[in-house]
Amino acid sequence: MSDLVDTELAVVRSDGPIRRWLSVDRLADIGLRLVVLGGVFVVWLLATRAVDSIFFPVPTDVLPAVWNDWLTDSTTWDENIVPSVVRLLYGFVLAAVVSIALGLAIGRSPVLREMLEPTIHFLRAIPPPALLPVFLIIFGIGDLQKVMVIAFGVAPPILLNAIDGARAVDQLHLDSAAAFQIGRRGRVVKVIFPAAAPNVFAGLRVSMSLAVILMVISELVAATDGIGFRIMRDSRNFAYVDMWAGLVVLAILGILLNAGLTLIERRVLRWRLL
Amino acid sequence: MRPPRRLRDLPTAWTRGAAGVLITFAIVEFLTRAEFVNPAYVPPASSVLAETVGLFGDGEFWGALASTLWAAAYGLGRAIIIAVPLGLVLGLSRWAYRAAITVVELLRPIPSVALIPLAILLFGTGTSMKAFLVTYACLWPILFNTIYGVHDVDRVGVDTARVFGLGWFKRAVRVNLPAASPFIYTGIKIAVSVALILAIGAEIVAGGSSGLGIEMGEARALGDLQLSYAYVTVTGIIGLLLYVAMEVIERRLFGWRGT
Repeated sequence: MSDLVDTELAVVRSDGPIRRWLSVDRLADIGLRLVVLGGVFVVWLLATRAVDSIFFPVPTDVLPAVWNDWLTDSTTWDENIVPSVVRLLYGFVLAAVVSIALGLAIGRSPVLREMLEPTIHFLRAIPPPALLPVFLIIFGIGDLQKVMVIAFGVAPPILLNAIDGARAVDQLHLDSAAAFQIGRRGRVVKVIFPAAAPNVFAGLRVSMSLAVILMVISELVAATDGIGFRIMRDSRNFAYVDMWAGLVVLAILGILLNAGLTLIERRVLRWRLL
Repeated sequence: MRPPRRLRDLPTAWTRGAAGVLITFAIVEFLTRAEFVNPAYVPPASSVLAETVGLFGDGEFWGALASTLWAAAYGLGRAIIIAVPLGLVLGLSRWAYRAAITVVELLRPIPSVALIPLAILLFGTGTSMKAFLVTYACLWPILFNTIYGVHDVDRVGVDTARVFGLGWFKRAVRVNLPAASPFIYTGIKIAVSVALILAIGAEIVAGGSSGLGIEMGEARALGDLQLSYAYVTVTGIIGLLLYVAMEVIERRLFGWRGT
């Protein structure tokens, strides 16, 4: 797991150290991205034209639907986007707080780690849809149940990465802290957490993309609102243009959430990039 | 930096792990026996366990297991075949990486579950539908780990190969690929658990004719919750076994790296 950690960070950092906001390099980067985006659009257009099937509407139908039926429609915001995003954030934050605290504790105690690892991997292997009925029974059919499904599903990557991060704390730093008579709380906040933070953030990133998936899963059963609910309803009603528009909205949501997390990460880990 | 694990350390880890599992089981057993929730909905842990053991003598179970594992393995295999060469190229070329990362960032957040309606349209509800979703979801961890592994390659090794006149392709295959292999392996390790989760998840959500997820749903529809949870337990056990197997193989293959 520890390798995954660095992966995510390294991919981010391979863009180089923090560059000036507007440099030639950055402009070239943006230009290239725009060209690639245009390319994606053209390929999508040509492919759907060639297939000519109601299942695969052309992007010139889908993109206006994204704008008109999703992004500028206030009912859609009230009934689909806001409920989904709120539940996703609650679930994510709940999982993050609990998993980071637990993970740091487990990572610092070899006995605890060896005792709990098999159980964690056992629980992790259970697909979230299989847990839906249990969660329905325990937490009812409301928002709480959906938040818990999301929280339970996104917890493992954060937990496992936090454990790995806490294990990798430099013993010398801990000893120095002890020598300076820094108390237990100080050690956790000032030594263990900063040392584990890069791993923790790698876990958070993996979990953020998982959170979108789980948000959709949580809306498969006993849901009356949400983005996933609407996508499933559209596909059952053969409203394929709207369904595809929903997929695009999910992609946009995923990108925005990821960007938000990257901003937080850059702030928290600034000392590491310097 | 993890200290290298020695063989004699294993037994303590195993006994402690077993103790942890037993304690967790005892807690769950107590909670289910104490009937905080209606036992008709959540049966006691021990009866679920007994039901789980009973499954192993059931022919239907083995058929379902084979169907699910086949879809997971097939989808995973395809993801490896696509993601490793792609990651190698993207890791080696800065411009290819920049161009591709835009597309990757666009596709990655599309949740695999949201693709289920699309996958059903394309492939029906059989093995190819499950394998499609598994491939899609498994691509990302393998791809990102391969790219990182290639970036992490020792410069001296690459330069040496260049001095000896190895061409681009040979350098990629004989220097970058072996050097990146531990990272690629980590990506595959993550993908294995993703593959299992998705194969079963797809069965539960989309339905179909055979698989562990189908059996779970059928048992529940018939009101046999004990059997349904037994299948859930089996899923956890398979996940745990796969994880242990992947760890053991990793230690054998890359033990020299001291990770």
